[in-house]
Amino acid sequence: MTDVEQLLRSALRPVEPPSNMSERVESRLTDIADAAAEELADWELSAMRDPRNWGRPAAAAVAGAAAGGALFVIQVRRQQKQRNAGRRTALERAARDLAAEARKRLDR
Amino acid sequence: MAEGATKVDLDRAFTELYRSHLRDVYSYAYYRIGNHHDAEDITEQTFLQAYRHFERAQRESQGRPLRPWLIRIAHNLAANYHRDRSRRPQTQLEDAAIVSSLHDTEDLVEGREDVQEVLQGVANLPDDRREALIMRFALDMDNREIARALGRSEGATKVLIHRAIKQLGEELEEGGLR
Repeated sequence: MTDVEQLLRSALRPVEPPSNMSERVESRLTDIADAAAEELADWELSAMRDPRNWGRPAAAAVAGAAAGGALFVIQVRRQQKQRNAGRRTALERAARDLAAEARKRLDR
Repeated sequence: MAEGATKVDLDRAFTELYRSHLRDVYSYAYYRIGNHHDAEDITEQTFLQAYRHFERAQRESQGRPLRPWLIRIAHNLAANYHRDRSRRPQTQLEDAAIVSSLHDTEDLVEGREDVQEVLQGVANLPDDRREALIMRFALDMDNREIARALGRSEGATKVLIHRAIKQLGEELEEGGLR
């Protein structure tokens, strides 16, 4: 390794993310889950019979499922931090409910 | 049921990816952007986008590591950030100051002025050279990973890094550091 490479190794050290960052990510993901749930709730069930309309709720379901899955990620981090277990349960329940609702709507 | 199992597997795989590379993505964003607040935003957006396209990325990666893909997302988001920022008047000095201000005064107290010199030199490099050096030295990525993240061939990446180090060395020499 050259002198310059050694200097670069010393100067460009990895940077640890702030400890509160996962909370912000969680908040963003929860917003997405909420938006997806509202999208599903607002959708007229009768419109589901028309295949031309399947794209919109399907997209909402995907977004909801994505957010639910991503919440799973955050939950793992939260478990590592041994934080509030009650709130985690509520999030898990919300994610499960959302996924179940999405499946129910799409199955109809 | 098979679909459910696949979703669980995907979630587990994404969790692993997230846990393994949160620091990489954050480090890259931080060195590209220069402040914690916006680096956090870039990192969050990176993982949100990554989750949305994770299944496809995993399928198309054919078992190759996904870190270059993650860094490429962060790279594009950082480019957008700078593009938006460039609409406002800004001097080159301010641009250079972003990277040189990354390390705190502790470095200086400890006699680490050389760190500031190196960071200033990195900040003055052309974008592609600077990005390649951040990937190599802050994230410890090899040529193949950097090539995938930058969308270049391995050979071109090797040359890019070599030239970046050479240019930086010459500038440091002019500044009396080497």
